[in-house]
Amino acid sequence: MTLEHTNATGLTVERDLTVARRRRNRIRYHATQLAVVVAALALVVLFAVAVKEGLARHGIKFSFSFLWDAAGFDISEGKTFVFDSGFWLGFSDFTSDRSIAQAFVAGIVNTIKVAVLAIVLSTVLGTLLGVGRLSTNWVVRNLSFWCVEFVRNTPLLIQLVFWYFAVVLHFPPIAAAAKFYGVIISQQGLYVPALTWQGEGSAVAIALASACWVAVLGLVFDRHRTTRWICLGALVALPSLMLATGTLALDFPVASKFQASGGTSISPEMAALLLAIVFNSASYIAEIVRGSIDALPKGQWEAAASLGLGRRDTVNDIILPQVFRVVLPSFGNQYISLTKNTALGIAIGYPELFNIYGTIANQTGHSLEGIVIVMASYLILSWIISAAVSWADRRLSNPGAMR
Amino acid sequence: MNFKHILMAGTFAGAALVASHASASVLDTVKQRGTLNCGTDNTAPGFGYLNTTTGQMEGLDVDFCKAIAAAVLGDASKVKFVTVTDKSRFDAVLTNQVDVVFAHTTIKPARESSIAIDFLPINFYDGTGVMVKTESGVAKFDDLDGATFCTTQGSVTETVLTSAFKARGWTASKVLTYENLEKLFAALNSGRCNAMSTDKSALAAWAGNSPKPADYLILPDTLDKSPFGGFVVANDSRWRNALRWSSYGLFQAEESGISQANLDEKLKSEDPFVQKFLGVGGGYGKDFGLPDDFVAQAIKAVGNYGEIYARNLGPDTKMFLDRKGTPNALWTEGGAIYSPLWN
Repeated sequence: MTLEHTNATGLTVERDLTVARRRRNRIRYHATQLAVVVAALALVVLFAVAVKEGLARHGIKFSFSFLWDAAGFDISEGKTFVFDSGFWLGFSDFTSDRSIAQAFVAGIVNTIKVAVLAIVLSTVLGTLLGVGRLSTNWVVRNLSFWCVEFVRNTPLLIQLVFWYFAVVLHFPPIAAAAKFYGVIISQQGLYVPALTWQGEGSAVAIALASACWVAVLGLVFDRHRTTRWICLGALVALPSLMLATGTLALDFPVASKFQASGGTSISPEMAALLLAIVFNSASYIAEIVRGSIDALPKGQWEAAASLGLGRRDTVNDIILPQVFRVVLPSFGNQYISLTKNTALGIAIGYPELFNIYGTIANQTGHSLEGIVIVMASYLILSWIISAAVSWADRRLSNPGAMR
Repeated sequence: MNFKHILMAGTFAGAALVASHASASVLDTVKQRGTLNCGTDNTAPGFGYLNTTTGQMEGLDVDFCKAIAAAVLGDASKVKFVTVTDKSRFDAVLTNQVDVVFAHTTIKPARESSIAIDFLPINFYDGTGVMVKTESGVAKFDDLDGATFCTTQGSVTETVLTSAFKARGWTASKVLTYENLEKLFAALNSGRCNAMSTDKSALAAWAGNSPKPADYLILPDTLDKSPFGGFVVANDSRWRNALRWSSYGLFQAEESGISQANLDEKLKSEDPFVQKFLGVGGGYGKDFGLPDDFVAQAIKAVGNYGEIYARNLGPDTKMFLDRKGTPNALWTEGGAIYSPLWN
């Protein structure tokens, strides 16, 4: 901003000059911004053109049309969106006659599946470990400490290979698998009975199912503790009633020669990836939680003690609620890095996005287009996570929203 | 335009490297550099692997690298082996990281049409096979309905298996893909995979190198043919021709009975064809931009095709792959190893 000498000829002149100067400055400010944006855009476009030209010179075509070709390969597990029944968007198993685009979707779905489960499980386990490290119990404290130290100080890839080859693949083969109450644990996967809908279109069945949903919503969103207990009770009672009346049935897995069919299953690859990521991420989350608890003023503990609260009540009602408001942004970072770490699934053959990309790039030769899609997908996933975390952060920071 | 080039060089180093040498042939680059960068596998016994007792790279593909170095540079030791994987091998050539790749690569149209590479003559005829553990009691491919098959990522086997399932109407069978053969073999041993599927030569190698080869059974079925060839970057005829005819030279040498052992004797031969073939008093090399004695140099370094095969894959090796009655025999013996006419 330049200083201008104004001779004091009158107030109006001075005001006009000030207004003009401000306008000029504002225009200059916006012009600079615009110029920077235009220059950045031009650089990106120029870069894209240069790359495309360079590729064309080697006879490599840069085009996304291969996405609609038939895949021609199988994926060991994975669901994708399908348009079989006309207008409705379906969701079913990937098969080799689906398109390449649907293979990408199957990979993204597999990535999200592991990421969501890992986020939930590692938050719970990490918080337990973090609180455990500050426990007054010597055994719990040291156990938590060594778990965290051991996991944090070895590479994730090596932990993953360990979980897969040294643990999960040492489960018994399907012929000698451990079976109890319909659960089959074998090296071909973990099979559990699944609930299947038998109610067809009967009004009673639909009413019961809707009641279940209301109970779930109530459990999550209602502010009154009593209402939530009632919802929880309803969630136990209603499905039991539906099972008894036969609108819901249990589908038990049945072991055959090579694998089991029926029920739902978790493949050994997914189990190993989940174990590795949950333990790894939990140990970092534990450190975040421990650090935040340590950072709380000692007076919080003393005040709780002077009110006569026990240790458990102090942690649950005084310490953790304050901790969670502080740690959420750090948790967000952890969730994002966890989601990106799922790409290590390629090391043990879990068909997540990066693994599927490898197959697609090799079968079609379009590795550059593929990596663009992969990068965009991870970028969007990370954005969604950080948006969700900052939403939760805002909600928690708002005193009125606190329970 | 110049600015664009600088930009490209800074940000897309691989492509820029090729671009600045767009007009020059790899042949000139190799001769100028004085060494050949050859991409090979180092985990495929019989084709390209590091012999841990001698510390040397060995295999059919490795010998082809040496033969090319001898033909182009006159010295088989002027080859630098760059390890490539099933996934990285194409990018390695496209970015000029290597001059040529010999890495048991199956020749198929999509690879030439969309990856901008050109293949060299077939140097081994393989087929996709399936291996199971003997204790599983499986005797043929059709016993495996519902089984989990494992293969490596980036190989044609992925699509071959899918087609085989479709043809038989199998829906429960699954394909698991691993990064490399080591993990694949470990998964077969642990029981996660009911069957391991890849090229038969690789199956033979892994079974042969295991502590108890009798524990494994390679099923008689061949799911698909799998011809191997080296490859170079596309649209470089001078380089490709030099390499093609160096390879054919190895085939022709076997047909004409010229071997590493009798090379010195053959160099003195009065036969005009042998003289010209070996570059005694003028040969075929000059027009390709190669020394006239390029075939003789290659034979001196690694021997003819038959010798290369016997050393790396034949019945005297752990691979135990007999040429007789397979396409890998010379055409004069009913095989498919065939060189075009040299005269």
